[in-house]
Amino acid sequence: MSLDKTFLEYPRRKYGMDHDRYDWSMLTDRPKVIWPEDKKLALWVNVCLQFFPINQKGKPFVPTGGMTMPYPDLRHYSLREYGNRVGIYRFLKAFDEYSIKPTFALNTRVAERYPYLMDVLKEREDEILCHGLHMDALHYGGQDIDEERKQIDYSLSKLRELSGQDVTGWISPDRSESDNTPDLLAEHGVQYFCDWVNDDMPYQFKTNNGEIVAMPLSQELEDSFILLNNKHTEDSYVEQICDACDFLIDEADEQGGRILSLNIHPWMLGQPHRIGKLESVLEYVTSKSEVWSASAADILKEYKRNGSS
Amino acid sequence: MKEDLQLFDYWPYDNRPKIEWPNGARVAFWVAPNIEFYEIDPPLNPDRKPWPRSNPYVTGYSIRDYGNRVGHMRQMRLLDKYNIRGSISLSAALCDHHPEIIEMCLDRDWEFFSHGIYNTRYTYGLSEDQEREMILDAFSTIQEHTGKPPAGYLAPALSHSPHTLDLFAEVGGIYTCDLFHDDQPTPVNVRNGSKFVSVPYSLEMNDTIAYVVNKIEPRYYGKIMRENFDRLYEEGADSGTVMCIPTHNYQISCPHRIRAFEETLEYITGHSDVWITTGREIAEYYIENYYDSSREDISRKSGEAS
Repeated sequence: MSLDKTFLEYPRRKYGMDHDRYDWSMLTDRPKVIWPEDKKLALWVNVCLQFFPINQKGKPFVPTGGMTMPYPDLRHYSLREYGNRVGIYRFLKAFDEYSIKPTFALNTRVAERYPYLMDVLKEREDEILCHGLHMDALHYGGQDIDEERKQIDYSLSKLRELSGQDVTGWISPDRSESDNTPDLLAEHGVQYFCDWVNDDMPYQFKTNNGEIVAMPLSQELEDSFILLNNKHTEDSYVEQICDACDFLIDEADEQGGRILSLNIHPWMLGQPHRIGKLESVLEYVTSKSEVWSASAADILKEYKRNGSS
Repeated sequence: MKEDLQLFDYWPYDNRPKIEWPNGARVAFWVAPNIEFYEIDPPLNPDRKPWPRSNPYVTGYSIRDYGNRVGHMRQMRLLDKYNIRGSISLSAALCDHHPEIIEMCLDRDWEFFSHGIYNTRYTYGLSEDQEREMILDAFSTIQEHTGKPPAGYLAPALSHSPHTLDLFAEVGGIYTCDLFHDDQPTPVNVRNGSKFVSVPYSLEMNDTIAYVVNKIEPRYYGKIMRENFDRLYEEGADSGTVMCIPTHNYQISCPHRIRAFEETLEYITGHSDVWITTGREIAEYYIENYYDSSREDISRKSGEAS
């Protein structure tokens, strides 16, 4: 019994990362970032508006929150749709109550399917970013590049048309990428994307069409990660976000501006027994004088203004 | 395959010879930060997939990178605050990738023990010669970059062969963290007959097991760590015990979790009679003072000739 000799060979064992996408850099070694009015913590509330087709292909995997029952899986399909028709309107009310400036990450299919919702979002003038075509249109290692290029091209151009915005931000469905995804995103005018979870601050990411920015959208603090994946209680969700908020404000005191990113889903936190927990979080965070509520693009702009790019 | 690898003999917890730690401490307490490197595109081991999806598995790879980019400094700062020297479970390739981290830990006189080359290269399927080569590579890499060979081993990603501990003892190691059978150090049977021991490294207190496998809430993790300590401290009045908190910077150092860790360190270090130490120091002290008497007691209780 033995393995091929390549198992004991390490072609990328050298200084820095084992790929060429970004430079190795510890957060504490970078220049301090100063947010507007010298606020310590940027609050980025990112709302994912998603469409899960009931005829899910699940290729090459079933996305988080996707169908798990034989066709037609009405329970999951309808529970996800709950977010787009009920939960989101509870969210909007809560945002207005606490003067939050949210960012909306849309599956392009949501924009195509729900013109009423699109009108509401357009009227608010909040930032819209692209969350791919829909939750079953995954990007993945080994995907044909032309197929992926078409997918990205359609998702972005259609969302730009329907939103009337430039749409320069991106989150892949289930944050899944192929080796080519960052290159294709840059090719299509994307300036920042939010799939990578290796930092608490933005950083430069290399593509073969120039650099884009990786924005730190925490997965560990996501509502669905804490409640659905970890099966923690709603009360613990509130505690965890508040603890993170306190910690990041303290860290920012010494090390420069930080970001509290809350990636949330109306099909999860928009439920009647959970919306109050989101409100508790927003109440706590916005009660801090150190907090600046901002969109992803605002944060990116300030990060760049700090000369960090 | 055998029913039991005979790495350790049955040795009941009651009526053992008393262990007395330095200065009459009841508990030897150590923190073992795993400082690891996971590869984005490792070769596919036939027995265990490094990543659950096709590469690049963006979230899995990048959260582990978060540990090095962001988390390390947070944990190191806390260990400094509570005067704890970390005992690092080190992916040896990190010496090549991120020497800055190694330098900072060296400045603090932390211990480095071997955790293989990469946490995406498993022991499964390697021949004995190949496993020896991997163990020697990690051993000499750590020696070269830290000035000292590692005394301890935790197999990469806890992947073992039947000979793992034999091989590590043969290159000169003195302790293993791979066994979870006891709350005190115990002799381990290795084929070269050297004085080789198991130092308790708790799977139950391991943050990744707590958060990723058992999926417990951060503050609850803090609570069970303190309860774990309380009992070991109580029992340590009769005979010295060992408590280890194995950590990972991509888990414990996240903004919503670090408070639970800090409160626990504050609580434990607030007790007198705690020996705040390292894995190597526990192993050396035990071998020097208790190895032989433990062997005799084990023989007596297993009804074998000593």
